[in-house]
Amino acid sequence: MEQMLRKERIDRGIRVRTEGIYAISHWQELTYLILPRLLLIGGFLLAPICLLPFPYWQRIVSIICVYGLLAISFDFLANFVGLVCLGGAFFVGVGGYVAALLNTQLGLPSVLSIPAATIGGAAICTLLFLPCLPLRGIYFAIVTLMYPLIFSRIIEAFNLFGGTDGIAGVVSFPNVWLEQYVIISLTLFGLFGLRRLVNEDIGLVLRGIKDNDQAVKASGIDITRYKALAVFIASLLGCFAGAYLAHLYMWAGISLFALDFSIMPIAATVIGGGGSLAGALVGSLIIVPISELLRAFGTLRIAIYALILTAFIVFRSEGIMVYAQRKYHQFERWVKV
Amino acid sequence: MEILIYGIVNSFSLALVAIGFTLVYGISRLPNFAHGALYVVTGFATWTFIHSLGLPYGVAIPLALLMTALIGTFIYQFVLIRVRGMEMSEVIATYAIGLAILETLRWAGFKGMTYTLPTFIEGSVEIMGVPVDLQRIVIIAVGALVVAFLWVFTHHTRLGLALRGIAQDEWAAMMLGIDSDFTATVALGMGSALAGLAAVVLLPLGNIVIEAGYSVLIFAIAVCIVGGLGSWAGAVLASFIIGFAQILSVAYIASHFHMVVALLAIILTLIFRPSGLFGRQKELEERV
Amino acid sequence: MREPILRVSGVSKAFGGVQALRDVSFEVYPGEVFGIIGPNGSGKTTLVNCITGFVRMDAGRVLFKGKEITGWPPHRIANEGLARTFQIMRPYYSLPAYKNLIVPLYSPRARKMGGWRGGGKMGDRDTVAVDILEEIGFERDSFVPYKPASALPTGYLKRLELARCMALRPELIICDEVFSGLSMSEIASMIPLIEKLQMGGVTLVMIEHRLKELFRVADRVMVLNFGEKIMEGTPEEVIQDERVKEAYLGTEEGRDA
Repeated sequence: MEQMLRKERIDRGIRVRTEGIYAISHWQELTYLILPRLLLIGGFLLAPICLLPFPYWQRIVSIICVYGLLAISFDFLANFVGLVCLGGAFFVGVGGYVAALLNTQLGLPSVLSIPAATIGGAAICTLLFLPCLPLRGIYFAIVTLMYPLIFSRIIEAFNLFGGTDGIAGVVSFPNVWLEQYVIISLTLFGLFGLRRLVNEDIGLVLRGIKDNDQAVKASGIDITRYKALAVFIASLLGCFAGAYLAHLYMWAGISLFALDFSIMPIAATVIGGGGSLAGALVGSLIIVPISELLRAFGTLRIAIYALILTAFIVFRSEGIMVYAQRKYHQFERWVKV
Repeated sequence: MEILIYGIVNSFSLALVAIGFTLVYGISRLPNFAHGALYVVTGFATWTFIHSLGLPYGVAIPLALLMTALIGTFIYQFVLIRVRGMEMSEVIATYAIGLAILETLRWAGFKGMTYTLPTFIEGSVEIMGVPVDLQRIVIIAVGALVVAFLWVFTHHTRLGLALRGIAQDEWAAMMLGIDSDFTATVALGMGSALAGLAAVVLLPLGNIVIEAGYSVLIFAIAVCIVGGLGSWAGAVLASFIIGFAQILSVAYIASHFHMVVALLAIILTLIFRPSGLFGRQKELEERV
Repeated sequence: MREPILRVSGVSKAFGGVQALRDVSFEVYPGEVFGIIGPNGSGKTTLVNCITGFVRMDAGRVLFKGKEITGWPPHRIANEGLARTFQIMRPYYSLPAYKNLIVPLYSPRARKMGGWRGGGKMGDRDTVAVDILEEIGFERDSFVPYKPASALPTGYLKRLELARCMALRPELIICDEVFSGLSMSEIASMIPLIEKLQMGGVTLVMIEHRLKELFRVADRVMVLNFGEKIMEGTPEEVIQDERVKEAYLGTEEGRDA
């Protein structure tokens, strides 16, 4: 007689006990909750110090954070609000150009130009995305795909803002530690801030828009306004990344609208696990170093990510972080039917 | 007068480029974002057939078209068939494949301005005092032929009618025995071939560059949004509107205005008439 | 003669070649229960969609509390006090039941109307949500309000849908087939809820297939067939009308009535 087995997934005991916040009393439960977060935060904060003898890798950590920010904003918009933005490079470009212009034309120091570019850039991006917001998901995706492509060509054709040469002479950061920790702390802040936001009431409204926007409309909520809010938040992250890059490279040009910035965050999110904002950061932690190692292949890199992305999408993989979370919270066993 | 002629040429160019995209979307609801890549790959393939394999032009073109059509069907069979129905994944997957193709071509050395295709017919002719390259006349002729052919095909042949049936109501068509996967494969093959056809007809006017892959995608989408996604008549009409707008603005405002016009067309359409000129009303408004 | 709270005049809507609604007009008076019945495909849900702004009408006007709401977007109509339920419910499955109400409580109207028990500020939304669920019939001390929506049976889901409307403190609720999919006992427990709503001053427009149950609560009923209004009157008048019988002849609903 054949024994029929099925796989059963049960939450670990320790997770069940930690469900309600008032149930934690034992240090084991506390560790269970805090350890993963601590690892992430600690790892990132210590990285610049540990990598002191390797300035090349210090720079990589900053780039990881830049792509991490973009990936987090993509994950947020796509999996929590239902807006798939295929043109993340647009945020980077706008943020970078605004920061460079503020710096070179108005002489603002980086301490002022970056925040101003973040907020101002986000306002510009939201305004430009406004006509697209009432559209259904796929049309939004299509149009956002166009934006960075079109804008880079316009800049090139009309020779605006320095045309293909870009804007040079942007000042760098006053000191190296600032350069590193600004981006790291803001990435962590963005990650945990957004995680908190999606569980607040306003986050529920945004998630409702993704799940069932008819019901949200019938509940008296103006969807376009909340979508605009979500785009504003996401573009804050993206424009900050762009402004940071402008000061990091001391230059802003149309390469800020490059496909890299659109595609890599998507690949990072899909590989790292969409729907859990941390997954986006984990994904970029994996992809960016690989991208550096593949630098010898030139633009073939993009082709490789694209193929990996396709594979993940086609085989509907849940992503690394989601898989890890599942394993951490549950255990599986074979049970007789 | 010059404007009229160049306007017509430009409009037919846009129509050629967009009709493949709108065909695939209209029939199988599949947004084929690899469209631009397929355009470029056909151009380079033709070039390789002529220069590296020494094939005559008349053979290289059909061969390249066939190859591109096959690539299209492969894209469907191996990738899209698994994500059919999940629109977001379709967009990302086809876009990623298009990217992969384009960037691989770039890495393989197809860079720079040296790749050109010879024109079909040399020489030019005078129409009402304006010298026009014969190749441009070819564009108009091919464009008109393609539109006419598609009309006849979808109204009078069995396969074409099946495609139209699926386009109008997929479920009803399936109940009548029309296989959705097969028609999608055919549609994607035809759409890719049309992209290739546009390439071989248009590229002789200039040179083959990778960037064209992205531009072509942008123009195709602009035409389809303005005309209404899935509407063939709309696509043709939109090509004329955008085509003339581009030529007029280039003549009277500044050159390099093609992109701006495309962007403006998209934005204005989305603000004032999101479903495009002839788009079916259900496209953008969700039914409860 | 009382002023109607909802006046619909001349609504027509065609989808492609199909005329879903043809010149439909009716009035609803405050505090009554107004039923809309008709065989399948008679355009009932389309009528609701047109009134509440989800579908654009080809022709017609809608006045709510004397104000013209024709062409308003759905959220604006909801904020004016006209709520609707959905026939096919898709609650937020992974969230607990009471969290499902957070979205309507976030709307401008709910915020203006204040807390559930009396005027003043909203207070904690979670508490208000649980209060509303209690009104609707979820037992407070049990864990039902806290269960994820995916664990609730249909009867509770229907109540949740009504609760979603009630969170807006509406003056008129259009109920799209709230009785469908429920067992006899579940319907029996829904009816007191309907009556309680009516006593609370809410006007109800109910679209139904289950005629027997509807006729118990409705004051007046309108009958649609193929997008046209064929009759309007009290339940007794409607049952006896020849045209109504003809419209239902041969369909299951006819036998029920």
